[in-house]
Amino acid sequence: MIAPAAPIATGDAPAGGDHVTFRVGRQWLGLPVATVQEVLVAQRLAPVPLAPPVVAGFLNLRGQIITAVDLRVALGVVSAGASGDAPAPGAPAPYDVVVRDGDELFALLVDEVGDVLPVAAAEVTAVPATLGAAWRTACGGAVRRTHDVLLVLDLPRLLRAAVDAPAQAA
Amino acid sequence: MDDELLRDFLTESTENLQQLDCDVVALERNPGDRELLRGIFRTVHTIKGTCGFLGLERLEHVAHAAENVLVLLRDGDLAVDAAVIGDVLAALDVIRLVLAGLESTGEEPAGDDTALVAALDRWVAVAEGGEAIAAPEATPDIAPVAAVELAPVPVPNTPVPATPGPDTPAAPIAAAPPAPAPPEPEPAAAPAAADASLRVNVALLDRLMNMVGELVLTRNQLLQAASAAPDAGDAGAAFLAPVQQLNRVTTDLQEAVMKTRMQPVGAAWTKLPRLIRDLAAGTGKALDLEMHGATTELDRQVLQAIQDPLTHMVRNAADHGVEAPAARRAAGKTERGLITLNAYHEGGHVVVEVIDDGAGIDPARVRRKAVERGLASADAVAAMSDAQALRFVFEPGFSTAAAVTSVSGRGVGMDVVKSNIERIGGTVDLTSRLGHGCTVRVRIPLTLAIVPALVVRVGAHAFAVPQVGVVELVRLDGAARGVEEVGGARFLRLRDTLLPLVRLADVLGLAPAPGALPNDRDAADACVEGLVAEGTVVVCQVGAARFGAVVDEVYDTQEIVVKPVGRLVKHLEVFAGCTILGDGQVIMILDPSGLAERGRVADAEAAATAARAALGAAALAADAEPQTTTLLLFDTGAADSPEGAAPRAVPLAMVSRLEEVSRDQLEYADGRWVVQYRDMLLPVVPADPALDVAARDPRPLIVFRDGDRAMGLAVDAIRDIVDTELRLERRSTDPALLGVAVVGGRATEVVDIQYFLRQAREDWFAARPLDILATDGPGAPGAAAPAGPRRVLLVDDSQFFLGLIAPVVRSVGHHVVTSINGAEALERLDREERFDLILSDIDMPQVDGFEFARRTRALERARAESGAGHPPTPMIALTGRSTPVDEARAYDAGFDAFLTKFDRDAVLGALATHLSGVPLGGVPTGGVPAGAAVLEAVA
Repeated sequence: MIAPAAPIATGDAPAGGDHVTFRVGRQWLGLPVATVQEVLVAQRLAPVPLAPPVVAGFLNLRGQIITAVDLRVALGVVSAGASGDAPAPGAPAPYDVVVRDGDELFALLVDEVGDVLPVAAAEVTAVPATLGAAWRTACGGAVRRTHDVLLVLDLPRLLRAAVDAPAQAA
Repeated sequence: MDDELLRDFLTESTENLQQLDCDVVALERNPGDRELLRGIFRTVHTIKGTCGFLGLERLEHVAHAAENVLVLLRDGDLAVDAAVIGDVLAALDVIRLVLAGLESTGEEPAGDDTALVAALDRWVAVAEGGEAIAAPEATPDIAPVAAVELAPVPVPNTPVPATPGPDTPAAPIAAAPPAPAPPEPEPAAAPAAADASLRVNVALLDRLMNMVGELVLTRNQLLQAASAAPDAGDAGAAFLAPVQQLNRVTTDLQEAVMKTRMQPVGAAWTKLPRLIRDLAAGTGKALDLEMHGATTELDRQVLQAIQDPLTHMVRNAADHGVEAPAARRAAGKTERGLITLNAYHEGGHVVVEVIDDGAGIDPARVRRKAVERGLASADAVAAMSDAQALRFVFEPGFSTAAAVTSVSGRGVGMDVVKSNIERIGGTVDLTSRLGHGCTVRVRIPLTLAIVPALVVRVGAHAFAVPQVGVVELVRLDGAARGVEEVGGARFLRLRDTLLPLVRLADVLGLAPAPGALPNDRDAADACVEGLVAEGTVVVCQVGAARFGAVVDEVYDTQEIVVKPVGRLVKHLEVFAGCTILGDGQVIMILDPSGLAERGRVADAEAAATAARAALGAAALAADAEPQTTTLLLFDTGAADSPEGAAPRAVPLAMVSRLEEVSRDQLEYADGRWVVQYRDMLLPVVPADPALDVAARDPRPLIVFRDGDRAMGLAVDAIRDIVDTELRLERRSTDPALLGVAVVGGRATEVVDIQYFLRQAREDWFAARPLDILATDGPGAPGAAAPAGPRRVLLVDDSQFFLGLIAPVVRSVGHHVVTSINGAEALERLDREERFDLILSDIDMPQVDGFEFARRTRALERARAESGAGHPPTPMIALTGRSTPVDEARAYDAGFDAFLTKFDRDAVLGALATHLSGVPLGGVPTGGVPAGAAVLEAVA
């Protein structure tokens, strides 16, 4: 569980607006609704050999092939040891959140999809510095809620890190 | 073909003229716009240039006059006013008139432009200072007309409704050809070329293509459903007919849409014959042009992208490649030079070759030039192969032409060609044979297409392999007959060639061995041992190389829609894209060239050379003397005599790879050089103590590898690979050398690689040599010779050790037959092959050395009983680990001696002893005490 440490000064945190929320492991995450195209029940994935670990496979979305990104891997939830209520590592995530980055669609594999929440820009603070590197790379801001913290994903940065990953591994 | 040229010119010029009208009018409103003026000037200049090229005199005349005026306007020597603009527009009108005539009749309509040209020329005179006012009387003749015309000339007034069709000869023009300068600005002839073709946004074509792709997939699904329910009765039949119809229409539609994007490569060649003719005239050379494969189709965008590079390459070939007639005569060639263009499909790509039969490129000159230009150091170029050196031709500003000519050699060269080709994902290669000519090979991808492909299964995964890259399919039977393993690489014997095999499961990391890294080939090899026996070999062609991709099953062939992969996996060169099967399943499309790269087929090919030597030697079994060994020759750079040091050699069969490492990859740690190499630290040992490992960049390395142990021998240069009969003429006192042999007429030092292996890793040979045989002394090879050449069977499951020991045995004149395991060796003996001595490893899979010895002895006993026997063959056990227990077991099993196999001198000593008449069945003289003691101890 992420300690809701005192947020650091609000820098260039993302703007507010309605956010689609979803859960990965025990952490709730959000993305602006404009980025999200649709939410699907887990689709059949075609594995891609030799692909970076975050690529869970390809998904056929009405004839369009899109890359499925396993957020659990991208955020290190699996390798960090799954927490209590997280599904067993390797089990397919039950939902696909289809998002657009630039010209390309991606499917983010998540454990649960929540409500669309309005987020006021003023509520968004910088990501707590105590978070792990994978989280700090992937998230652009944090929103404190009654019982937990909602992290706002920075999609372009998350995907860029995924592209760079194989280069580092090689 | 000139028609084609003309048509292109017409289409292009018609568009240009429309733009010009626009611009000129805009200019009048905004006389100060230099940028606009420059654009107008460029366009008119282009038209004038092309006219001259096509020999259109009237057009050129008018355009030239207009251009002169535009120069003045552009440079500010003449003020922009209605009168000038009017004359320029008048000129444009004449140009349009002539173009219209050209389009309908193919000829320039006759006409008198003197007045117009005179009017234009007068502006030049005005600017030149004189007769500014002297010309007013002539100007009104023309300018007023044009000026009147000026305002109402609406830009899109070209398409006049009453257009005569392209096949109706434009009567108005033929009837009234001598129309003086600007009389009817818009005669009846509208550009029919513009009507016959239509410019369509490429994005729209892409969308169309995508939708057709979807339709094809849906059609496939329907077909599958229809064939799955053939007995559905009347309803089924009623359903079947429309499906068939849909199928046909879809196929036609698909082809038609594909065609909208495809053009024959010949369309880019039409200008070349004329170009060659002009070049021949310009350079005084006699040139012929041959074109093959002009119908090879290419994506339109790709075609456009290669047009300029292609023209440049042909120009280069004509200008730099082909020699002057006198030089050709002197070289014994025909006076006429030949330039050949070839286009063909290859592995999902289109290859276009430009071949000339000229002088070729002198690699020495390229090297010199590279050094002059500071592109590389003298050392570096000297270390390069000719092929590597030739690549400098693609460096910016690199031209090998001695003189800059009017045709090419303006400093814009092959580097531009290369970057243009690479921008569309292609590659350029240049090969040259000095005195015979030069070939530039451009390989460009066929992007975005529906292609026929094989659908194959590897493990639980399906993949598509584009059929263009597939030569044939070979089914492996269960016994894996024809599959050979040499130096850790597998080959398929296919009609007398050795085809390198690439296991897709390995290359794609689909062989999940518990605990093994997917890309650790050795581990993967170990766990899939035996699996290669089943499956199908998809024989792929990549460039000149062929390889076999081993798959588990081939399902069928299908038309697949090539879809690009997302950016997260775009870097994987083994995939050419992905596609959706009829059932909606997404599968990856394999790219044979990427596979070859990843499967390191190039290495495998080098290994195939070694393999051929090794297997060839084994197959020779009988008495085919002399027996050859393939040697890798290299230099150590330790030139201590004026003519340089003798070259050194090592048996190629032992070599795992040849590498080059750059200076910054080399690290000096713990008193030795190492380099990071495939997840391990590779110790680097200089081939000569005087060699400074870091002195050369990149440093060539000969990599030796056995299991998880590897070592890199740093050499100065790799020289050659030769097949030779290895006979050591002289033993050496230098521990690093086996001795000296004559190779290719030159004394060559044959390296004792064991010496270097020990330097790299003390533990390379896990045990120490036995003392007992060391006391035997090296057994001077001369001593073995009197016994004459004998046949020695060498059994070892490690190719590395076979490669290590066989040359040692051969070096003293014996004939060596190798077996890769005990079972195979037993087969040989069973076939009644006779050997004078058997050297066998102990640790082997399945039939180990003990078992092998026991069965060999049993075989001999059985033969003796049947009366067909012969004296027992001396058998020597070779082992990597020597324990007293093993030694006792060895003697027990029937071995006559027990040696550590890496001890060269002990092996030679034992050979000398056992092949020179020592009683069979005994033990080596020097070995008696120790061996007997062990036996007693165990007993």
